[in-house]
Amino acid sequence: MSILDDAKEKWTGTINEVTIGATKQDGGTRTSVVTVGGAGALPFMNFEGPTPRAPVVAMEIWDREPDDWAQPLVDAFGPVLKSPADWARKCVEEFGAEMLCLKLAGTHPDFGDATPAQAAEVVKAVLKAVGVPLIVWGCDHDEKDNEVLPRCSQAAAGERCLLGAVKEDNYKTLVASCLADGHTILGLSPIDINIAKQINILVSEMGLPLNRIVMYPTTGALGYGIEYAHSIQERGRLAALSGDKIMSLPVLCMVGSEAWRTKEAKASQQENPAWGDEKTRGIYWEIGTASTLLQAGSDILVMRHPAAVSAIRKTISELMVK
Amino acid sequence: MALKALDIFKLLPKTNCKKCGCPTCLAFAMKLAQKQTSLDQCPDVSEVSKVELAGAAAPPIRLVTIGAGPGKLEIGNETVLFRHEESFYHTPGIGVMVSDALDGEALKARIEAIRKLKFVRVGLSMQVNVVAVVNASGQAAPFAKAVQAAGTLDLPMVLMSSQAAHLNTVLAACADKKPLIHAATDATVDAFIALAKTHNCPLAVTAPDLDKLAPLVEKARAAGIQDIVLDVTCPRVPDTLQALTAIRRLALKKNMRVLGYPCLVANSTVDPLLNVAECGMFVAKYAGIVLTELDQPEQLLPLLTIGQNLYTDPRKPIQVEAKLNAIGAVTPDSPLMITTNFSLTYYTVAGEVEASRVPAYIGVLDTEGTSVLTAFASDKLTSEKIAAFLNSDEVKSKVSHRKVIIPGYIAVMSGSLKEDSGWTVLVGPREASGISKFLKTTWTNT
Repeated sequence: MSILDDAKEKWTGTINEVTIGATKQDGGTRTSVVTVGGAGALPFMNFEGPTPRAPVVAMEIWDREPDDWAQPLVDAFGPVLKSPADWARKCVEEFGAEMLCLKLAGTHPDFGDATPAQAAEVVKAVLKAVGVPLIVWGCDHDEKDNEVLPRCSQAAAGERCLLGAVKEDNYKTLVASCLADGHTILGLSPIDINIAKQINILVSEMGLPLNRIVMYPTTGALGYGIEYAHSIQERGRLAALSGDKIMSLPVLCMVGSEAWRTKEAKASQQENPAWGDEKTRGIYWEIGTASTLLQAGSDILVMRHPAAVSAIRKTISELMVK
Repeated sequence: MALKALDIFKLLPKTNCKKCGCPTCLAFAMKLAQKQTSLDQCPDVSEVSKVELAGAAAPPIRLVTIGAGPGKLEIGNETVLFRHEESFYHTPGIGVMVSDALDGEALKARIEAIRKLKFVRVGLSMQVNVVAVVNASGQAAPFAKAVQAAGTLDLPMVLMSSQAAHLNTVLAACADKKPLIHAATDATVDAFIALAKTHNCPLAVTAPDLDKLAPLVEKARAAGIQDIVLDVTCPRVPDTLQALTAIRRLALKKNMRVLGYPCLVANSTVDPLLNVAECGMFVAKYAGIVLTELDQPEQLLPLLTIGQNLYTDPRKPIQVEAKLNAIGAVTPDSPLMITTNFSLTYYTVAGEVEASRVPAYIGVLDTEGTSVLTAFASDKLTSEKIAAFLNSDEVKSKVSHRKVIIPGYIAVMSGSLKEDSGWTVLVGPREASGISKFLKTTWTNT
């Protein structure tokens, strides 16, 4: 017997598998789908149990041209930032994205205030432009999201999108839409396991089964609270593997938006000469954030820079080799 | 694994002689278990018991020191698998590998690049804290030259060579700096043990897998080597990560002494983006030393930060500096908000203010790293304290108006704060997510 066998833990739980995207066969129009979850051991510890499904990187796109993105991000995408459909196409065709996360930033009352109908048009355009599954994310303004997301849900009926995010005190409207239109849902809990459980219970009590829910325990960037995100993901995953069914859901983390918000990603070389090349520093920061969270048990990583996306996807395939 | 008081009691003379100062042997055992006294207080304890108690008292993962002097690197002595269970204690060494195959100028450039890898972020300074010299040339002279050049960095060193003779020459000159001798293999273990004993330096041991590694470590231990580092670098990244996890588990949960040492990983992946991703995972998952061939600041800064973040003690809230912070292009008319110095609270508030794009001041009060509600409940965020801050020179010199925004959770304080400070008090949102709306509507309308 090998020493490695001695180090095995006996886990009793398994993470639920959640499928995002529906092909024609299943009533949608996607040409590919993504299934996450299924883990019966800590991430990539093949000696003790399976990590059957590789974590997936979803590339973040917006419904409007971002005006505060760091230059390296703007340079990486170029003029397609003006058109969500072109942006989506570039992510899939040029950068090989397996999934997209469409953030409806432009629906926020303070940042464009796009109407529900306009948002729904963008969702339709993106779905038409690409065949990969879609995450549709509101603008984190509860009242507006409750107007916008049901329309988007309807516009994408049958496509089995991942819609989000619902919170402990604002979930009924969106869960109802998800049920009606056949989507999956993202539950947001601010680094708190009890709130995460509570949301999972509330949502499933409305009739959405646990294999249609993904958890978002919120993410802190490297240098700005990543240790909280890391530990809450580890605690959640340990609870799930120890048999807590209510916690046995895949986890999503917002790597790109958090990492690119930091001073380390955005500051000019002039401002901080010791920090190195400003063209690549943000990419490394995004990679550092992603790799740390990957080890804590992340199933979907929403990322921004194509070079960081590519590096993390390569890392994941490296880790998945048995 | 630490012994319980009753286990210790069984090993004591049970005479209740009081010579140790305790009324009974059991009381003494309880003090020992809590590490409040030491065994040498008992004059009658048997030699057998002493050995057994000393063994049980030794930490499951040995603390190993590389280098000497103030910049020495201490790794190991970790007690948990997950930081939320207690804390990680000894932040990994992050270092750059220097090949002795580099010629004069290139070697110099490499050393100078490493010298620059010093950073200050969020008010804390950190730097690449170990340097490795690789005997890639296979020759003795270039190795000695490269070690000498790296020595000018004044960092703890890892000397990497398969040739005991080359190491012996180099160690004759620098053994007092306690470099890590790297690395004994199945073929060289005897010669390397001799090196470590002669020069009294820590020794790295490596083997293709754990089953082959354990006997080598056992041999070194039997020879009396105490400071051992396990190099677990495998050709494939997942194997390295599995070895790191397995070693930590076996040392802590199975008390496997032969694996109770800190680990080292040397990453030679050529693609720099992939290299950083991999090194980041090694830092997150138990490595005591991570060596890379990268030497650019933007590549090392994230790796050092991962170590810095994950090795903070989760039981002690991290604090930010208590001062007046400006977010965006502020003017003397910009809004002034109050929050606490708990880092998570501050960064959440700062993030929302930044996202709102309304330039604003955030006044950070020292609440000993507690959140708004906790600080309020424990009298660490009082109306007097805020008033003193508002009327400080720091605020007066930058803010021309006298309107302060307080967190919604301490709305009840608004009356007394108005009285204590003479400022107009606006009650802000309870959650940071409401800040953007507040700044754009309520603030603008006042």
